[in-house]
Amino acid sequence: MILLYLIIILMAGGVLAWLLGKRSAISSRIISLAAVSIDLILIIIAILQNGIPDDKKWIFEYSVSWIPKLGISLHLAMDGLSLLMLFLTFFLGLIAILISWKEIQKSVGFFHFNILWILSGIIGVFLSMDLFLFYFFWEVMLIPMYFLISIWGHENRIYASYKFFIFTQASGLLMFLAILGLYLAHGNATGYYTFDYQQLLGTTYNPTIEMLLMCGFLIAFIVKLPVVPFHNWLPDAHTEAPTAGSLILAGLMLKTGAYGLLRFVVPLFPHASQIFAPFGMILGVIGILYGAKLAFSQTDLKRLVAYTSVSHMGFVILGVYAFNELAYQGVVMQMIAHGISTGALFVLVGQLYERIHTRDINKMGGLWEQVPIMGTMGLVFAMASLGLPGLGNFIAEFLTLVGTFKANILMASLASVGLIAATIYSLRIVQKVFLGKKDNDYKMKDLSIREMVAMGSLVVAIIFIGLYPQPVINTAKPALMKTLNAKQEYYQSQKVDDSVILNNRTCSPDTRKLNK
Amino acid sequence: MTAYIPFIPAIPLLSSLIIILFGRILSKKIVAFLGVGSVSLSAIITIIAGINFISSTPENGSYTVTVWNWLTTGGFSANIAFSVDALSLIFCFVITFVGALIHLYSVEFMDHDEGFARFFAYMNLFVSSMLILVLADNLLLMYLGWEGVGLCSYLLIGFWYKEPENGYAARKAFIVTRVGDTAMIIGLFLLFINLGTLNINELMQQASLKWAVSSPLAILSAALLLGGALGKSAQLPLQTWLPDAMAGPSPVSALIHAATMVTAGVYLIARTHVLFALAPAVQAAVAVIGAATLIIAGFSALTQHDFKRVLAYSTISQIGYMFLALGVGAWSAAVFHFMIHAFFKALLFLGAGAVIHLLHHEHDMFKMGGLWKKLPIIFITFLIGSASLAALPLISAGFYSKDAILWFAWSSTNGSKWLWLAAYFGAFITSIYTFRMIFVTFFGEAKTEPTHKPGKLMTIPLVVLAIISLIGGFIELPENFGHFQIFSRFLSTTLPSVQLAGESHNELLFQILSAIASLLGIYLAYLLYFKKSSFAESFSNSQLANFFYKGWQFDWLYDKVFVKPLVWLSEINKNDFVDKIYTAIAKATEFLNSLLSRTQQGRLRWYVMVLTAGVVIILTFMLNL
Repeated sequence: MILLYLIIILMAGGVLAWLLGKRSAISSRIISLAAVSIDLILIIIAILQNGIPDDKKWIFEYSVSWIPKLGISLHLAMDGLSLLMLFLTFFLGLIAILISWKEIQKSVGFFHFNILWILSGIIGVFLSMDLFLFYFFWEVMLIPMYFLISIWGHENRIYASYKFFIFTQASGLLMFLAILGLYLAHGNATGYYTFDYQQLLGTTYNPTIEMLLMCGFLIAFIVKLPVVPFHNWLPDAHTEAPTAGSLILAGLMLKTGAYGLLRFVVPLFPHASQIFAPFGMILGVIGILYGAKLAFSQTDLKRLVAYTSVSHMGFVILGVYAFNELAYQGVVMQMIAHGISTGALFVLVGQLYERIHTRDINKMGGLWEQVPIMGTMGLVFAMASLGLPGLGNFIAEFLTLVGTFKANILMASLASVGLIAATIYSLRIVQKVFLGKKDNDYKMKDLSIREMVAMGSLVVAIIFIGLYPQPVINTAKPALMKTLNAKQEYYQSQKVDDSVILNNRTCSPDTRKLNK
Repeated sequence: MTAYIPFIPAIPLLSSLIIILFGRILSKKIVAFLGVGSVSLSAIITIIAGINFISSTPENGSYTVTVWNWLTTGGFSANIAFSVDALSLIFCFVITFVGALIHLYSVEFMDHDEGFARFFAYMNLFVSSMLILVLADNLLLMYLGWEGVGLCSYLLIGFWYKEPENGYAARKAFIVTRVGDTAMIIGLFLLFINLGTLNINELMQQASLKWAVSSPLAILSAALLLGGALGKSAQLPLQTWLPDAMAGPSPVSALIHAATMVTAGVYLIARTHVLFALAPAVQAAVAVIGAATLIIAGFSALTQHDFKRVLAYSTISQIGYMFLALGVGAWSAAVFHFMIHAFFKALLFLGAGAVIHLLHHEHDMFKMGGLWKKLPIIFITFLIGSASLAALPLISAGFYSKDAILWFAWSSTNGSKWLWLAAYFGAFITSIYTFRMIFVTFFGEAKTEPTHKPGKLMTIPLVVLAIISLIGGFIELPENFGHFQIFSRFLSTTLPSVQLAGESHNELLFQILSAIASLLGIYLAYLLYFKKSSFAESFSNSQLANFFYKGWQFDWLYDKVFVKPLVWLSEINKNDFVDKIYTAIAKATEFLNSLLSRTQQGRLRWYVMVLTAGVVIILTFMLNL
């Protein structure tokens, strides 16, 4: 039941915020803050009472029949992976509301309605174990986001919001077709028609059908992630969205793509995933390097940060197709660390924009003198972005790369070059914005208490998971093993462990002879 | 009993955090107290740890203190754990002891700087990261320290951030070393995947068990780690960042770019010496790179005008000696030279910093002159440091440490006469450029007047470092000098002793030869720069001198090969050509739309015509059937 409450509280909170917002803006802000906080507190209490089982059972599950004729049910369930994503959603959700306090002055009620409905759509996506329901929530998060960009965005917002909508909607439709195909394939094979995720796991198909169905899901998720060459909606949407929108897009919505790969693509289509794996990894490497290259070329700070997202999400798809525990832990860590660090960078850009009304880095420079606290924050998250050890992103990239290295040495080595590229663009941000000569006459105030609370909590979070990631790793582990096992059951017979080959090769007697 | 070890890096870290968070409300005195006090406290704890270690050395030569488990997943595990042995103790001692003196000096040096608190926050953070680097019991934690010192180096080179050139130098340092670091992290992947751990002790055991000498994996992983070492220690071909790093304040150059961080590569190789011994080809490369670097940098030092740049090239060159020693398997000689070099090079940088500070930030040596009378303490201490750098026989510490390297370059099993010759020639150049500095800045006519005398906070560190630069060498005397070798005996629990080849040559002969090189170099410098021979003038105007001055044009080369192409790459396709594809799809759709919309223009005539045509076509098909 609690899972349903979480969603209902957000939706109801949204409606209430809209209604109240017409009379007083502040009350709708407070209502929104309260709704997300209640959710966060509820889930913490529930977890404290229940604990996290380390076997593969759900932590919470809720299931009632919805449209029995079609085999559709209201099936919500949560495991460690969804729990982590829920925490991230509520945490970033709170920050999104906090940072909009001053920025949003136009139709405040409707703004918060949209924020809360996006959040509820996102947690719906993380909790749905019925594919029909999943698709429903997938759409729920899309439409309010469209409004968010097109109403509260910057200059070019209409173009960006259309682009965002079309990319997501078109790819979503392909997924819907694939869901229907999966439904029919499973029904034809077993005579039992259902949209239930658990039932659909282990469906046997003919390979072509499996490949086609997988592509349907895959496209929706890699557009969302995004993976080059499906990334073009992202720079526009991120740049034009209001700060809260960029934060939610980068911090949360991209993660639904990663989540979809782990939850649906790999377990439902193990065979096709295996075939696709080398291409997935190549796409990952291309994304890492191409995203970094474009990030370096940008002069619009927000666009720059948007392209770093493209680069960082390359690690996600790289890790997903490495198919081992190390890489999967890295992927989960990347989802969280990137959510925090890139989210923080977007918040920072928003704060700069509020003060100097430009996003052009050529018009900045030497700002450290006036806003040292802001500069320090910027430095911390630039370092997170380049993967400095001690911050969460390093753990993520290290685990992803070491896992990938196990699977494919070449891809891992190429992806490591991304670390150098990340250094170059991250240092460029710090230099162009905060350091150098000040040849502008901006009068800026440093962060206010409210802003410091938001940024400070992000800093604490990124350092915490950088130095003590074990709680996250332990929470995610059962869910990840579930995905990996679903995969392994298929190809166990064919599995050849690369590292074994390497070891054998070096230790084999004839090489030793050769060496001597 | 050993639970206090984590406090060695933790205290400076804590102090740094306090200064970062409250720096703007704390008074200068408190900041200085925290900054100097924290490092001094670490130094005291290190000395206590050292005394305890000597009085009761653990059986296998090291002990580990685990603070917490960092991460464990999928067969990988790394702890936040500190391992203490002879090698890490020596490094800790140098870092905290020299570090404390430099911090003390900085209190006066940075007194009028508006970034006083920021300076000490970064410096403390650096000391903490460097201590983590040398105390780490696994390579992942070492990498944390490794990147941490890189960050602090970046922040401190660009400390005076208002000058864009400083920012450029800082980024250059970070990016160039990051190239090496990336090789290193790939090496870490390789080691973990094949040996199943990153714990250094286990790793070395596993490597010697599983890998044969010269097996491809041993060679590859040693080469990748070497990549990291070359970047951090500014060796060929990644040496170009260090001369530019002199943009930072002088105490930074003394601490980071002379005494400690730049020797991290030496530490890494010494720490993983088992792996390098399994890869003789890579170890030989270490020696050759060291020898080549020491000569190339020596020539560049000979032609510089900027006081600090001479010292920067000299540092590159001296680290080349350490690499040479590592390459020939003289592990403890490398560590000994590291320690002595830290003392005298910190001294020289602090002395040069003081001169520059007192001369209105004048960096050009040729605009100084005649300072020995006006700044006697600085002159005498600087002279002592220079004697050590030039390896003045018998009385200077540098003689003993460098002589050992020269001797092993010849006599060790991995040594050769060519390596010796390079090192010998390098020693000769070293003594020329060192005394060129002395004669040009401290003698001749005075061109710039110092504003005031240095205060106590600046002179005390100079005097202390000068004393150790004189007597520090006596803890490790050559075999024929009475065989007093506590240093290498202390290290022998961690590092194997050097293997000498065949019959021993006459060590004394080599010592006399070194002495001649050193004295001859000084005499030549005297002729050229004190007597002002015309050759010095004509040489410095020559093309060749310009080539050396520009650091053998490596910057020019890298600019052409890497920087320009990368900038070009970023210039093209700024707007992401992939976007054009989608725009094209949108355009095509609009075009189709415009075509189709013409059929809906509301003219009855047109509709009737299309209708009739349709009927005719359909009828034709039906009749054919």
